[in-house]
Amino acid sequence: MTIADIQRPHPSPTPRNLESKPRPSDRIFRGIVALGGFSSLIILGLIAGYLFLRGFSILQSEGLSFITGYEWVSSINSDGSEGAAQSTYGVGAMLIGTLVTAAIALVIGVPVSVFAALYLTFFAPQRIKRVLVTVVDLMAAFPSILFGLWGLYVLMEPGMYVAELLNKYLGWIPIFAVPVPVFLRSPFIAGLVLAVMIIPIVTAVSREIFAQTPLDRIQAAYALGASKWAMIKNVAFPYSYSGVVGGAMLGLGRAMGETVAVFTVLNILYQANFKILLGAGGNLASHIILKFGEASEEEIKALMAAGFVLFLMTLAVNMLANVIVNKTGRRGR
Amino acid sequence: MSNTEKEDGSMNSTATPATGTRTTSLGNVATASAAARARSEQPVGSGLEARNVHAWFGKYHAISDMSLDFPTGTVTALIGPSGCGKSTFLRTLNRMHEFIPGAAMAGEVLLHGKDIYAPGTDVTKIRLKIGMVFQKPNPFPSMTIGENVLAGIKLAQLKVTNKNDLMEECLERAGLWNEVKDRLNQPGGSLSGGQQQRLCIARSLAVRPEVLLMDEPCSALDPGSTLKIEETISELAKTMTIIIVTHNMQQAARVSDYTAFLLSDGGPGQIVEFAPTREIFTRPKDKRTENYVTGRFG
Repeated sequence: MTIADIQRPHPSPTPRNLESKPRPSDRIFRGIVALGGFSSLIILGLIAGYLFLRGFSILQSEGLSFITGYEWVSSINSDGSEGAAQSTYGVGAMLIGTLVTAAIALVIGVPVSVFAALYLTFFAPQRIKRVLVTVVDLMAAFPSILFGLWGLYVLMEPGMYVAELLNKYLGWIPIFAVPVPVFLRSPFIAGLVLAVMIIPIVTAVSREIFAQTPLDRIQAAYALGASKWAMIKNVAFPYSYSGVVGGAMLGLGRAMGETVAVFTVLNILYQANFKILLGAGGNLASHIILKFGEASEEEIKALMAAGFVLFLMTLAVNMLANVIVNKTGRRGR
Repeated sequence: MSNTEKEDGSMNSTATPATGTRTTSLGNVATASAAARARSEQPVGSGLEARNVHAWFGKYHAISDMSLDFPTGTVTALIGPSGCGKSTFLRTLNRMHEFIPGAAMAGEVLLHGKDIYAPGTDVTKIRLKIGMVFQKPNPFPSMTIGENVLAGIKLAQLKVTNKNDLMEECLERAGLWNEVKDRLNQPGGSLSGGQQQRLCIARSLAVRPEVLLMDEPCSALDPGSTLKIEETISELAKTMTIIIVTHNMQQAARVSDYTAFLLSDGGPGQIVEFAPTREIFTRPKDKRTENYVTGRFG
């Protein structure tokens, strides 16, 4: 090779194929783990597809009013005979109920969770910490019917008392107003139970995130004369903000999808209820379980469609969570 | 509640040396260093003294019976092989040691004759007076360059009349002002490693410490940045006490007035020899010091 050869411009390079041929056993193993990896996606897709197919006719006939409508009237009886009025299916009221109860759960649950996580990360002595972390994890695996029953028989009393106070002092705010002073089985109580239910997961995620705060930044803050609170506010929070939002969104997803606890505690009435202290309302999931037992063929289709809407809503919340986390995530890191 | 207290405690008492800096840094360098020499020759009293300091991590006895005086306006280097307790000793001097779970200490650390470990002492105030620069540059990434300098003001909730003046002064003293004055609003992480470390020094200066502890401040930096930091150290030493842990013996020889050689002979780390730096490097009294500074081990 002469110098001229080397100096001559090469043709533009094309990347070479770097793949190596795998052995058959590798291929088989790869196939098995890939199946495992995609299983969640496949199952999710099958569920969504089934709900959509079964509910499609209702979605088609009702159109947008399936979401915006506040009426749920099935005129076909379970024995197949047709009733007098025409059937209308609109899940709007329950959508609102879902959002209202979930929002109450977040407002109450997230601060408690963040405080709990802060205590566990920065304050708790090692031994107490170990016990509490175990308890929190255990609570996350608690069956929701037990939360529901406990909420109904134990939490109701103090919850109603708090509701009464809220109504007495903040009753001028529309959401705290009630037409009649009955505070039993209200969305507020349901939200309270949901709050208790989401605290473990939000606490666990937040704790994990707080614990990842880089030690050198914590030390830098302390070396500048920061108190513990100043360190948490200026170092731990900016670092953990997005993760905590993500944890809260996970909790929100849970609260929106919760069925049995809401079904047990809330006085399920099909109406759009913004007055959170008034004992009426419901959420999508509890509505489905309430109607499912005695639904006609047509109403079952409508319930499937409602399930599809619930699925989309949960998906949307999780995607939103992702967007928020990614947008704010880089700030403190 | 302790807001005004804090101000009285830290800001006023350090006001004099701070104004002193400004004049010296603007004035003739020769006169300035002469003044510094004059000051260190005067019996100004020890700013910081360690008395029989021991430290433990759980059951592990890390350092044993260390006593040192750090006269005001001097640079003291702590040298010794890895694991001899240099950093641990440094961290007992501003109570950063106690952050490690299971950490314990014995002895006294006196700042102007007052034990910083005395019961009822406000630890945050101690750390305002005894600042620290760490091995790895650690500016707060969520803050801009300017905000980083003033981070201590925010964290310790101090009141400052003119933040911009303070920011400029601290960056000037840390030798960084000219490089960053046009981009104070950029994030602290956008600087190079050496600049980040000087930013951290500027940040420490903003709360007006009397003592600055530096834990291998140049070990993560290139030679050029190291040289800049060393210049900064010499400049700062005119007005404050500096204690620097270093693995680099040339650095110790270049920047320090006094050097302590620490060693752990299997047991807890101890001070083998403490003397003016020139003596440690030219005629050490202890054979082990000689072996270390001549590079025969460590």
